[in-house]
Amino acid sequence: MDMSTLPRAVELASFGMRAPRWSPGGPCALHSEIFAGGRDGSGAGMALALALDGLPPGDEREVLWVQDAVSIRLTGRPYRPGLPAALRRRLIHVATASCEDALFALEEALRCHELACVIGEIAGNPRALDFTASRRLTLMAEKHGVPLFLVRLDAQRDLSSARMRWQVEAAPSPAPRWNAQAPGPPAWRAELFRSRVHAPGEWILCDDGQGLAAERPADTPDHGDLAAAAGDRALAAR
Amino acid sequence: MAIWLPRLAIERWQHAERSAAGEGLNAPNRSAIVALIEEAAHGPRIAAVDGAALAAGVSPEMRLTDARVLCPTLRAVPGDPGGDLAFLRRLAAWAQRWGPWTALDGHDGLLVDVGGATHLFGGESRLLADARHCLARQGLTARLALAPTAGAAWALAHYGPEGAILPDASLRGPGEDGGMADALACLSVAALRLDDEVLLVLRRLGLKRIGDLARIGRDALRRRFRQPSPELNPLMRLDRLLGRVAEPLLPIELVQPAWVQRRLLEPIRHREALEHVLADLAGDMACELERRGEGARRLELGLWRVDGDVAMRSVELAAATRDPAHIARLFGARLDAIDAGFGIELVRMRAVWAEPLGPGQADLDTRTARRGTTLAECLDRLSVRLGAGAVRRPAVHASHIPERAQAWRAPPMPDPDSQGLSDPPGRPLKLLDNPEKIAVLYATPDGHPHRFRWRGHVHEIARVEGPERIAPEWWREKGSTRLRDYYRIEDSEGRRYWIYRAGLAGDGRGGLPDWFLQALYG
Repeated sequence: MDMSTLPRAVELASFGMRAPRWSPGGPCALHSEIFAGGRDGSGAGMALALALDGLPPGDEREVLWVQDAVSIRLTGRPYRPGLPAALRRRLIHVATASCEDALFALEEALRCHELACVIGEIAGNPRALDFTASRRLTLMAEKHGVPLFLVRLDAQRDLSSARMRWQVEAAPSPAPRWNAQAPGPPAWRAELFRSRVHAPGEWILCDDGQGLAAERPADTPDHGDLAAAAGDRALAAR
Repeated sequence: MAIWLPRLAIERWQHAERSAAGEGLNAPNRSAIVALIEEAAHGPRIAAVDGAALAAGVSPEMRLTDARVLCPTLRAVPGDPGGDLAFLRRLAAWAQRWGPWTALDGHDGLLVDVGGATHLFGGESRLLADARHCLARQGLTARLALAPTAGAAWALAHYGPEGAILPDASLRGPGEDGGMADALACLSVAALRLDDEVLLVLRRLGLKRIGDLARIGRDALRRRFRQPSPELNPLMRLDRLLGRVAEPLLPIELVQPAWVQRRLLEPIRHREALEHVLADLAGDMACELERRGEGARRLELGLWRVDGDVAMRSVELAAATRDPAHIARLFGARLDAIDAGFGIELVRMRAVWAEPLGPGQADLDTRTARRGTTLAECLDRLSVRLGAGAVRRPAVHASHIPERAQAWRAPPMPDPDSQGLSDPPGRPLKLLDNPEKIAVLYATPDGHPHRFRWRGHVHEIARVEGPERIAPEWWREKGSTRLRDYYRIEDSEGRRYWIYRAGLAGDGRGGLPDWFLQALYG
């Protein structure tokens, strides 16, 4: 084994200091988990926004969306007229009865090189979705280079090998230009609480149809820097 | 549907003559007295005659010498039975325009199975009119009849009124055969397609019509006619005529699907051995399909057991393929519930549905393993494990009702062009399968909502846009269906929903309107 490629201890210690901030438009991780509540569509909306953010422009490959039965009951099925225009014509939906079937479908989909990305929605913390299962998904995604965005509805933050883990909730939307009383473009309050390459942090994300825009929330202190200064690893789960 | 072409041979000859003379099909008949002859045991015999010869007293089955006595100017032309048969075969393939399945009937008739296809032509009578028109355009005299069984259609075509239609059993009156026997009772016994000798016997017995046979009872008939062949046995013919016994017919065009099988020396009872056989069969099937230049879309696997039972499994593929590993893998996932009993002795695989597929390039590099599967393979694996209805693609449907504006289709189909159907703006990302009823607080019944309770939680509405009024589809729904007023709302925490009020207060279609939450924004 070539020891020279491994990071030295001093680099690991200062990783949090040097780690670049996450920003939209950067390279996306191949396995992301998005924790969201089962009472609104913010999880799926954020997953689609991240997926579109990571896709190259002009991509014509299909997108596979896997849902288990509980998540269909909680938040419904994708609705074609409401999908982002870039995805409307190339979405394939897979409805599964159980979490095991959903994991099988996700793994098969990640093996397929003709897919642009895979979106999964699994509700709760089923027994089948343990660390081994998430590790399998990570390995499969990295082997074939197909990004996976797994939405976890009403779930605890259990053990997982996902490369980026987000906690998302809805945020009040920016006022539209013409009617201030109407709901505006979707906005989310997203917390990146674990990542291999980025320092953790919190953002208000907004998808105005042109792309994903991020700004730091005004009311919270910058946890990312604090954590790094404390010598904490960026990988640590909360 | 039975098509009888009583003058096929002579009309075909006349057509050939006119074509040779460079005249059109509709040129007037020349006043020649013509007979087509065939060689028989005692000299030439007349096979077919034209109208002029018939008027002169010449009829088929006559000896040519006898006919010459009657009509010295008769012009005898050798017939062409082989050509007639080839023409009839072509005509049978052409007759598939009326039904998927056609068969030859003797040397001058066709049988077409039009079951379930009549509505395409606007009903049974219009189908017959279309057939008559098309045949007349070819210059053929035809007698047509439509009936539930091939025998009845044949009988009506030859001995019934012109263009007779006997409707299907479900549309007719009560009774075992729905009155079919009554409808056919007045036809001659010759309509039973019997041998001449049997017809002679029946005539001597005084049985002239089909109704007479029914009157004397089955037992008497069975005692008198014991021959097992249907041409010699009126009872068998009668049963087939009335559909009591199925009648096997040979279709004109039989497509042989590719099939391969392995007969096993030792019956196998174990899964591992079966998978091995399956892999061999998939390899054989790949060779067979490659030879034909086809790829399989639907495959059937039959497993014959020693103790006289058979298990069938079938898989459908998203795209034509002949990749043996893929086929073996798909069937491998379907082998779980098979009971091997005392062992499986014969395994057969059939490509029931195949599509043309050109020869492909073998994967010469080892990158395939790393590159993963194709989309079609992935969809096949998913639908084999999860069921065909699990993998679908949302597509446009022509409706303005939100839940009907989206249809689900099988995935290999690309989304059909939406043809100017533009998606309305401001639609939600996810639609609930069933709208959920919510309790709403409002200032006025037809004003904006202020607060609502959904799944046990209260949401304060911070922003609202609406109403967007969507009227019911009056052409398919009942008149009491209420219109919907949709509101896009955002609650105090920023969650966005799509809710509607079903109806208006005082619209005369029920009491106070209910509110429903139908969809979630992303």
